[in-house]
Amino acid sequence: MSGTYSLAAVIAVALGTVLIGAYGLRISRTTSDFYVASRTVSPWWNASAIGGEYLSAASFVGIAGLIFAHGPDMLWFPVGYTAGYLVLLTMVAAPLRRSGAYTLPDFAEARFASRRVRAAASALAIAIGWLYLLPQFQGAGLTLHTITGAPTWAGALIVAVVVTINVMSGGMRSITFVQAFQYWLKLTAIAVPVVFLVLAWRAQGMPDLAGPALPVFADETTVTFETPTTVRALEAVPVTGSGVVDGQRLAGGALELGPGTHTVDAGSRLTFPGGSPVPHVDDVAPLSGEAWALPLSGGERYPLYAAYSLIIATFLGTMGLPHVIVRFYTNPNGRAARRTTLIVLGLLGVFYLVPPLYGALGRLYTPELLMTGNTDAVVLVLPSRMIDGLGGQLLGALVAGGAFAAFLSTSSGLMISLAGVLSQDVLRLGGVRGFRVSALVAVLVPLGMTLLVSGMPVADLVGLAFAVAASSLCPLLLLGIWSRRITTVGAVAGMLAGGAPALAAGLATIFLDVGDAWYHVLLARPAAWTVPLGFGVMYAVSLLTPGHVPVGVDRVMVRLHAPEGLGSGGTR
Amino acid sequence: MSDPGEGGRPAQRVVVTSPRTRAARVRRAQPAVPVPLLSEESDLSTHYVRSLIKEQRRLGLLVCGVVCGSLAALPLLFALAPRLGEQRLLGLPLPWLVLGVLVFPVLVLAGWFYVWQAERSEREFAELVERP
Repeated sequence: MSGTYSLAAVIAVALGTVLIGAYGLRISRTTSDFYVASRTVSPWWNASAIGGEYLSAASFVGIAGLIFAHGPDMLWFPVGYTAGYLVLLTMVAAPLRRSGAYTLPDFAEARFASRRVRAAASALAIAIGWLYLLPQFQGAGLTLHTITGAPTWAGALIVAVVVTINVMSGGMRSITFVQAFQYWLKLTAIAVPVVFLVLAWRAQGMPDLAGPALPVFADETTVTFETPTTVRALEAVPVTGSGVVDGQRLAGGALELGPGTHTVDAGSRLTFPGGSPVPHVDDVAPLSGEAWALPLSGGERYPLYAAYSLIIATFLGTMGLPHVIVRFYTNPNGRAARRTTLIVLGLLGVFYLVPPLYGALGRLYTPELLMTGNTDAVVLVLPSRMIDGLGGQLLGALVAGGAFAAFLSTSSGLMISLAGVLSQDVLRLGGVRGFRVSALVAVLVPLGMTLLVSGMPVADLVGLAFAVAASSLCPLLLLGIWSRRITTVGAVAGMLAGGAPALAAGLATIFLDVGDAWYHVLLARPAAWTVPLGFGVMYAVSLLTPGHVPVGVDRVMVRLHAPEGLGSGGTR
Repeated sequence: MSDPGEGGRPAQRVVVTSPRTRAARVRRAQPAVPVPLLSEESDLSTHYVRSLIKEQRRLGLLVCGVVCGSLAALPLLFALAPRLGEQRLLGLPLPWLVLGVLVFPVLVLAGWFYVWQAERSEREFAELVERP
């Protein structure tokens, strides 16, 4: 793939991030600079910054890839990511800001006055942060691999290094402006190319996206298999090329792939004639355009359970993400926190109009990704595929740059939160040095995991992080804010009862191959059973241990819910 | 912005996540609302705060319940009435139109309604508390 411009765009984004980080070091010098400046940030800036940090690899490449492979059921990802902010707005935003907490552990301690609750919240925040960093690194590896052919660990390493330098030098986060700019960069990078793609599609007479046929190769297409792949053909397909298919070297360079499953060895290069049906990788169900466009037909065995589990995880998980919460502190008061969240809802809504278009156009123009299983690459590949010449390459570069911006900004936000929690609550190292050591630890663990995990769709991994957050920190926030009966014992028990099984299920799907077992969906989408568990245990144990209601809960409740600035001209 | 820190001392770099804990802990002693008004633990002020909490909780649950509830009904609807998924409106299949486009303005409107209502009940609360 001709990725010169794309590579240039990626390098520009990475260098720009480092430079702005270094420059930000000079303009945000003191702690008070940070706080005072950030407290005068207007809701619009703040909302753009939240959007910039929130739109991650999953939003930028992952959603389009899943819609491309599985159809409209996957629209619940963008809907859930946005609806999560409505839940955040209505149930959490203002009280969270009024608690004065900077991180989730801070909130836990402010509300429950207990180090134990704080410790449990810290452990979960770290686990969620790591789980969320993983797909960012993986997405970066995929992007770099797609545009240059570099091994997948290279992109992960680059993002890890850039972000670590940035976080250790103290830049990035301190400047709301940079994060805010990132939102508009990402929106441009994904929305401008799509205008041209849709125009190109119209110019070709608007071929049907939901027709009765299976996806076919539009033209003669040569596909390189980078990993050993099992593909399923529904009809016989003649192929030419080189490599090993079903354990046999392609004799004479030609072969017919009969109906059924075939294994293709890594390094094989196969050429498919134009108009032939696309064999599918074995975990993507072959769907005709019609079937693909319908809900609940994406090839999942229990589509209804999967849909509901996804809805629960994303609606409730957003509030428990460590990097989302921190941004609320930069609002001057609870009222501004609400207004900021409202604007975020709008910004996310605009962005999420776009990825489904990539997914749908991919069915026509990049069907070979259904065979290689590299469905997350659809956003990156489409521009240069649909538009010839320099124009397509420049649009491709724009998308690649935007994708890298997405990985960098989300990873930075996560790293700061993680390093903060690690240095305060785990390593107990103070000062700048402690923070730097923690930043290193925060990045090394997910980087190591990235090398072990491969091939899981980016958005699915993010879904797991949401599930853990929804089962553990969400009950803590919701019940903690709205009920005065929750006890310290109940809080810890509930967080563990919901969070531990969700985390275990997530790790099991990542590291163990449970294949097609009936319980696969329970592990891959655990939220539907772990969230009720978390809420139920937290409330029930609290009712059983009424002696452990924290002292002064009434005072804390006043602080969480009463508007600021009452009385004599107001405080704070 | 690059001027020296307070008191003319040269500016110094500080980690901003670390000291938060202690700050949060110290500040817990002071409620958000000025002491004479609400922390007297008088029956009246406790009563006002409780009713504010109750009202905001009701409002939040209402907005959340109506919007998220009707959203969550969609998969079931599509499962029970598969024909619905085949309908086309404005050139788009219904599920795509609803989940890909219409959802987002609805969420923003619901959020706007919530903010408007929540600020109103906070204003009313403030008037009650500040009444001489």
